[in-house]
Amino acid sequence: MVENSKSKSLLSANKLTCIREERILFDGLSFEITTGEIVQIEGPNGSGKTSLLRILAGLSLPYAGNVHYQEVNITQARDEFNNDLLYIGHLAGVKSELTAEENLSFNLKLSGYDEFNTRDILSKVNLAGFEDALAGHLSAGQHRRTALARLWHTNCRIWLLDEPFTAIDKKGVQELEHLFLDHAKRGGCIILTTHQDMQIIIDDKLRKINLEYQFVQRWENEKKQQL
Amino acid sequence: MKKNSSCSQAFFTLLKRDLHIAIRHKGDIFNPLLFFVLVVTLFPLAIGPDPKVLSIIAPGVIWVAALLASMLSLERLFKADYTDGSLEQMLLSPQPLSLMVLAKVAAHWILTGVPLILTAPLLAVLLHLNNNSYGALIATLALGTPVLSLLGAIGVALTVGLHKGGVLLSLLILPLYIPVLIFATTAIDSAGLNLPYSGHLAIIGAILIGSLILAPFAIGASLRVSTN
Repeated sequence: MVENSKSKSLLSANKLTCIREERILFDGLSFEITTGEIVQIEGPNGSGKTSLLRILAGLSLPYAGNVHYQEVNITQARDEFNNDLLYIGHLAGVKSELTAEENLSFNLKLSGYDEFNTRDILSKVNLAGFEDALAGHLSAGQHRRTALARLWHTNCRIWLLDEPFTAIDKKGVQELEHLFLDHAKRGGCIILTTHQDMQIIIDDKLRKINLEYQFVQRWENEKKQQL
Repeated sequence: MKKNSSCSQAFFTLLKRDLHIAIRHKGDIFNPLLFFVLVVTLFPLAIGPDPKVLSIIAPGVIWVAALLASMLSLERLFKADYTDGSLEQMLLSPQPLSLMVLAKVAAHWILTGVPLILTAPLLAVLLHLNNNSYGALIATLALGTPVLSLLGAIGVALTVGLHKGGVLLSLLILPLYIPVLIFATTAIDSAGLNLPYSGHLAIIGAILIGSLILAPFAIGASLRVSTN
């Protein structure tokens, strides 16, 4: 584990610009994320947090700039990048027609794993006893947990999580935070958006990227122009 | 926690999942089939029971109804996956995207194409289809319906991000369906006149092979554009 403690650049953003609905959300955004980091993207609603995560995941293309995975542009290293990336968007990717167990097993198989025990993994997210319940009949929190269960069985290093704590109870959030810390210790990195304050991962372990400054500045400029 | 990116596993996992969902959502299987049966049974009622007239229009009616039934069910192909986020997961999966979309198209064909092929001969009896034409009818449907699913999926992939893509979808893919329609109905007509129709079948087969090879890449690229 010695080599993991050395921080290596996993993911870097170079001068990203994102335009949505003819509004510049962020402009010339650059940062580098190394192994062992937990990064929270902050900003008010509509400041481009989800857009930034989707650009980092390679789901949408930035207006300008690029994203590098281990010094290679992600459009050129898509296979290696996807193999090392776990993205859970605010849409959970859980099929309501399938049971919790079928959903998890499908998601894991799609990620390329074929040996796993779904019951064990589901019991870790407190879904023991709900394995055969249709996801459509589960509560919002349980639905979310079904999606998050993948985090307990993965060897991807880069985790991109959009609002992972939505609808999760306090105890569940703490369990997730412990998992994040473990993952960071093992040499992974986590980039997440959330409006909730975290209880265990506190300031010295958490790096924040704030989209608010640019957002507010532009909003004020627009207001001035209107006057 | 070993990763095993076997291509066939990705294909069959997705195919199995889609069939599983369809079995739990039975309307998905029966709606296009019901549409097909209703349209074809209404024709004899509207035109009259004259066997001569009916046997002339039979190939066209059956094929047009099959084409529309297949198109009606297309919109569902990626919509549910798009709205619940599974599509994003597919795009980010380490497995090859073209293979995964091929699995989804295969599931669509099994759920809509195969029932159409199985019921078409029964409906042909209703329309007094020429006795010599049954073989050609089944052969053209067997070769043609996969083409409908494959080409249609390109249109669906392009319009999946739009709120009301239905009309656009029909405009996009109907022109692509026309060659299949023309060759299929002329093949059935030729069979009715005891003329050889293997040439027509060969052309539909060629279209099938071409789209089987090229469509998955086009669908994958369109999905990436749509989710951008």
